[in-house]
Amino acid sequence: MDTIIQGIQEAIRLLIHRDPYVLEITALTLRVSGTATLIAVFLGLGAGVLLAFADFPGRRFVIAAVNTGMGLPPVVVGLVVALFLWRSGPLGTLGLIYTPTAMIIAQTLIALPMITGLSMAALQQLDPRLHWQLLGLGASRLQLILLLLWETRLLLLAAVIAGFGAVISEVGASMMVGGNIAHYTRVLTTATVLETSKGNFALAMALSTILIALTYLVTFALTSLQQKARRV
Amino acid sequence: MTPLLEVHHLRVTYRKTTVLDVDHLTLEPGEVLAVIGPNGAGKSTLLRVLAALERPAQGQLRYRGIPLDWKNTLTYRRRNAVVLQEPLLLDMSVYANVALGLNLRGRRGAQVREKVENWLNRFRVLHLAHQSALTLSGGEARRVALARAFVLDPDILFLDEPFSGLDVLAREDILSDLRRVLRETNTTGFLVTHDRDEALALGDRVVVLMQGRVRQIGTPREVFTRPVDREVAQFVGVENILAGRVTGESATGVRVHIAASLTLNVAQSWSQPPEVWACIRPEHIHLGNPEFARPGATTFDARVEEVIPLGSRVKVVLRVDEVVLTSVLGYAHWANMGLGEGEKVVATISPSDVHLIAR
Repeated sequence: MDTIIQGIQEAIRLLIHRDPYVLEITALTLRVSGTATLIAVFLGLGAGVLLAFADFPGRRFVIAAVNTGMGLPPVVVGLVVALFLWRSGPLGTLGLIYTPTAMIIAQTLIALPMITGLSMAALQQLDPRLHWQLLGLGASRLQLILLLLWETRLLLLAAVIAGFGAVISEVGASMMVGGNIAHYTRVLTTATVLETSKGNFALAMALSTILIALTYLVTFALTSLQQKARRV
Repeated sequence: MTPLLEVHHLRVTYRKTTVLDVDHLTLEPGEVLAVIGPNGAGKSTLLRVLAALERPAQGQLRYRGIPLDWKNTLTYRRRNAVVLQEPLLLDMSVYANVALGLNLRGRRGAQVREKVENWLNRFRVLHLAHQSALTLSGGEARRVALARAFVLDPDILFLDEPFSGLDVLAREDILSDLRRVLRETNTTGFLVTHDRDEALALGDRVVVLMQGRVRQIGTPREVFTRPVDREVAQFVGVENILAGRVTGESATGVRVHIAASLTLNVAQSWSQPPEVWACIRPEHIHLGNPEFARPGATTFDARVEEVIPLGSRVKVVLRVDEVVLTSVLGYAHWANMGLGEGEKVVATISPSDVHLIAR
C-alpha cells in the first residue's frame, strides 16, 4: 500500500519538476500510440466499409480472421513483426528493428483488427434500406459511404477509443520490436517493466500512474467528442 | 408524346428465382401511376429498379427516350427522388435532413434555405426545423420524408408505401396533403401500395402486379370495376364473384343465370363459352326502394343473413336461394331502412355494374 501512495506522490513530483526522462518517455508514448491509432483508423475504416458492404469470395473467412485479430496477444504481433524486420528477415534491409517506426508498425497491427471489426459491425447495424434511401436522394458512392459513416459516428469513436486503449497499454510488442532503448524506444509501459525488474517500485508506480492519467485524458477527449456528436 | 420513363423486357432474379418479369410499362409525364398487388408481388423491387437503386438481371430502362446507362446512374438518380416505407431520416436536424438532397447536389446558401423552409411549411412541419429528426413522431417523420423529396423538384417521385404503419387519422391527413401537393406541382409519381384506397386517391392509372407480373393496367375505374380475371377481382375488392351461365341476350346485353330466383341483366356482350364469373362490387348492390333503379336493372328479393357495422358504412350479407351476396351501404341509409338480420329486402343491381369474366 505504501508503495502505491509513494508511487503516486513520486508521479506528481516528477510531473511538477518536469523530469526530462519522464517527459521524454511520455512524449514518445503519445507519438507512437497516437500515430499507430491514426493509421489504424484510416486503414480500419476503409476495411470496415469494404467488409460491411462489398461481396467477394472468402469474405466470411476474412471477417472471422478480423474478429480473431481483435483478441490477438500483442506478444504474437511483436514476434511476427520482429521476424519480418529482423536484420536477416524479409524486410531486414530497411533497418527498422529497434526503432520507433517498428513500434508504430506493431501497434498499428494490434489496433487495426479492432477498428476494422468494430466499424464493420457498426455499419452493419444500420438499416440496410438506408442505402437505397440515400442513393434515391442522389448520393454518389463516396457521399453514400461518408453519410453512412456519419450515421455510425458514435460507434466509430468507440472503436477509436478501444483501439487507442489497446495500443497505449500494450508492452509485449513494444518491447520486442522497440527493444526498450533509453532515449530512443523507451515508452511508459516498457519503462515500467524495466523499473520493476530493477526494484524501483516507486518509480514504476509513478510511470504507471502517468500512463493511466494519459490514457484517461485522451479517452476523455475522444469521449467528449463522441458525446458532443450525440447532440444535434 | 415520349413517355417520361419506359421499361422493356425487365427481369429481376434473386438466387435464380425470377421475382419480377415485366414486359413493358410506361410512365407518362404528369401522371401518378399506382402499383398495387399483394405482399411479395415484386412491387418494391419494381420501384427500386425504376429508381435505379437496383440493377435488373435483364431489361432496358428508357428515360425521356434515352436508354439508362447502368454503370452511371448518378445523373438519373439526381433528377428524381425516392420516399421509402420507413422515413429513414438521418441523425441530424429536420432542416439538415430536408436540405440533404440539395447539399448532395452541391447546392448551398440562401436559395437552399428558402426552398427547404418552403417545403417544410407546405408539409406543415416548419416548426420542427431545428429539432433532431430522431425525436419525431411517425406522422411528423413521414411529412419530413416527403418534404425531403419534394424539395428536389424531382422529375419523377418514387413512393414506396409512404403511409405504412401510420394510424388512420395521421394517414388520411398526410394522404390528403400529398394528393394536394402532387396536383399543385403536377409531379410525375410512381406509387407502390398494397392499399386500394391509396391507389384510388392518388393514382391516375393503376397497375396490378401479381407474382412479379403485370396483370392489368388501366384507370382506377377500369381496374376496380372491370378486373381481367378472378384473382385480380378478389384483390381489388370485388366481393361478389358469382358462378353463372349466360342464357341469352337481353335488351341491354346478356342475361346470366345465377340461381333459381336470380338472373342478372348484364350490359356486356358475350361470345365466349357460357360459363362465367359475374363480378359485382359490394357497393353496387343497392338495397331498398327499387324505384330509383336504372332501366333494365335486376331487382330481386333477398334475406338478410348478417349485418356488420364498419364505422361509416355497413356490410350486409344477403342470401338468395343458395347464393350468398355482400352489399355495402352507408350507415345513414342503413339506419333509415332499419334493416335487421333475418328480414327480407329488395335488392337492385344495374346492368353496367356487373362485369363478366370467363370461368
